Amino acid sequence: MNKPLERLQNGLIKENPTFVLMLGMCPTLAVTTSAINGLGMGLSTTVVLALSNLMISLLRNIIPDRVRMPAYIVVVASFVTIVQFLVQGFVPSLYDALGIYIPLIVVNCIILGRAESYASKNPPIPSLFDGLGMGLGFTCSLTVIGIVREFLGAGTIFDHQVLPLADRAAGKAGYTPISIFIMAPGAFFILAILVAVMKEVRKSLFEKTGKKLAPAESVLGEDCAVCPFAASCSGKSVLEAKKAETANSAAPVKSTAGKESDS
Amino acid sequence: MFVKLLLLFISASLVNNVVLSRFLGLCPFLGVSKKVETAAGMGGAIIFVITLSSLVTGLIYKFILVPSGFTYLQTIVFILVIAAMVQFLEMFLKKNVHALYESLGVYLPLITTNCAVLGVALDNVQKDYDILTGVIYGFGTACGFAVSIILLASIREKMEYNDIPEAFQGTGIVVVTAGLMAIAFCGFAGVI
Repeated sequence: MNKPLERLQNGLIKENPTFVLMLGMCPTLAVTTSAINGLGMGLSTTVVLALSNLMISLLRNIIPDRVRMPAYIVVVASFVTIVQFLVQGFVPSLYDALGIYIPLIVVNCIILGRAESYASKNPPIPSLFDGLGMGLGFTCSLTVIGIVREFLGAGTIFDHQVLPLADRAAGKAGYTPISIFIMAPGAFFILAILVAVMKEVRKSLFEKTGKKLAPAESVLGEDCAVCPFAASCSGKSVLEAKKAETANSAAPVKSTAGKESDS
Repeated sequence: MFVKLLLLFISASLVNNVVLSRFLGLCPFLGVSKKVETAAGMGGAIIFVITLSSLVTGLIYKFILVPSGFTYLQTIVFILVIAAMVQFLEMFLKKNVHALYESLGVYLPLITTNCAVLGVALDNVQKDYDILTGVIYGFGTACGFAVSIILLASIREKMEYNDIPEAFQGTGIVVVTAGLMAIAFCGFAGVI
């Protein structure tokens, strides 16, 4: 379970953060307007994820349990700041394209999620590889989504013109880009198709093997309570306490009572 | 001045809608939009927190980070300040303004790590807004979030009775709806 190779494989395939766990959807949708942006964002996240996993795992016996969340956030935010400066210094064009999404890596659910669920319980080396695997899985998915969107939306892949564009004026036949795919609505449609396909795949896997896969609705599930991030942010315990509290007195808020995940 | 701020408000809330065109705060947008009531509560809490946090982070940036030359620490400082502020806000509301706490309290802790809150704080710095402009920008952004989450919740309530292809049931159809809403919000692009 803790072998480096297995950790890598786990992140890339078995628990791929985007396609299987459906985590970190904000950057997934926002930066995948082109393949190169997706790749850049994925690699930046990978660096932060691997290093913060390593650091948190090294500190896991020193950080007191009660203040672990703020401590994790400080570790992650420090690495994000370093990565931000590196990208700004060495790849300014990527920095301009990604904008505030680089500092926003801090609030990416994948990173705190891994810190809480893996790095805080395991030794440094497996944690490092767990971070690397998860990060590379994230990178691959972002790049794939980026390629699809860029191909449909502009007819290019990594800025190389793959489909010759139509030119009405010159009377040249060719591809007319469906530019909605590199705009905001296209991102939602791509994600919707992705979610639907994943659902079908999981269903057919379930029918074939008879084994139910771990529920993966997570962030995109029906409520904040299923968000794995809620488990790591202060939200979930508070939410649960509140639920118990308001269970008796008729609560104004229909809170997150036991939803069955149907996946 | 007033016209400028009004235009900024409209641009932040409708034209560059925080969820539908910038994808910030997507988790609560998809997660807490099952009922209009809950969506309104979430929207209210977001308006409250973002407006306040853009004021606080603006002040901290201008009066602490810039004079001391620590501007590169902004990401770390902002996220910690926001987290601490939300905690204090919750305690304060619980003790003093109980009615407001009843309606918004549950959502407050969930917002701590919402990327829209940190996003607005960083935006204010990156776009070099002064404090008043920053607060208006934050308020506009949060109103945009509230409008879109309430709209989505109303659509979802209607959708309960529809016959949806099996693969798209649940999350899928909600994301498609969000995409259609994003197309509609593209229409605001010509307003300013």
